[in-house]
Amino acid sequence: MVQITRILLDVLKPHNPNALDFTTSIAEKVPGCRIKLTVTAMDEKTETVLLMIEGENILFHLVSEVISSLGGSIHSIDEVDVENEPVDTEPA
Amino acid sequence: MASMIAELAWLLTLTRSHVIARRYFVVNGFDGALTMLGLLVGFYVSDEVRLPVVINACLGVAIALGMSGVSSAYISEVAEKRRELRELEKAMVADLGESAHGRAARLLPVFIACVNGVAPLAISLVILLPLWADPLLEPFSLLPLESAFATALLMIFLLGVYLGRISHTFWLWAGLRTLFVAAATTGLIFAISPG
Repeated sequence: MVQITRILLDVLKPHNPNALDFTTSIAEKVPGCRIKLTVTAMDEKTETVLLMIEGENILFHLVSEVISSLGGSIHSIDEVDVENEPVDTEPA
Repeated sequence: MASMIAELAWLLTLTRSHVIARRYFVVNGFDGALTMLGLLVGFYVSDEVRLPVVINACLGVAIALGMSGVSSAYISEVAEKRRELRELEKAMVADLGESAHGRAARLLPVFIACVNGVAPLAISLVILLPLWADPLLEPFSLLPLESAFATALLMIFLLGVYLGRISHTFWLWAGLRTLFVAAATTGLIFAISPG
């Protein structure tokens, strides 16, 4: 099964919710994840952030939905780690 | 119900609108209390006014204050929230109608309008309680108008104390300051009343 274990997103978001509320809201919707947010640019009403999410199986559509509901928009997917566990094969 | 309250609390925090709602509560609550005080003093200086007339007049004013609070705050807040949302959408280059910001722009004007309307209405009704409870006050030799006047002063003092807590100033001083406004209003009515 193919699983996303790490994803780095470039996100444009309003100042509110702030970084703490923004990451907490995502973490609430994505169980078992670890999130790191870095502000890279600041504007009058918006800020650009780098959002790194790590977990055993990140559901991207869920992350994307939460970001949209918080008023943010994903500009790009900058890095991704994907795993596919090997299939157990019985020796003949 | 619990999820709706949680959603409302989240939207208030998100848009920092709890400060606006608090300001409306104090401003319009004070408005209601002082208006009731003025009416009661006005009736007091007019001799021989029957209690049902006082109650009906005060109730009418309280309801009008409530309606005025709801409608005026709703109209102004809808315009403000829509403008804020449009500016944010322009900065984000995106439609935020379905986001928390969009929901806040639709829901918060209703909530803030309710706060603005309920504050003067509720405070006025509390002040009017001694008038309704006149038969219960009789055994204690309490006069309804005077008791309602004292309740109005108490409400005004409590609003001042609340303001003092918000501004982190000494509660007694803040309460006395609002009481001074009430005393000045009462004095003015006595001074200009022809009776």
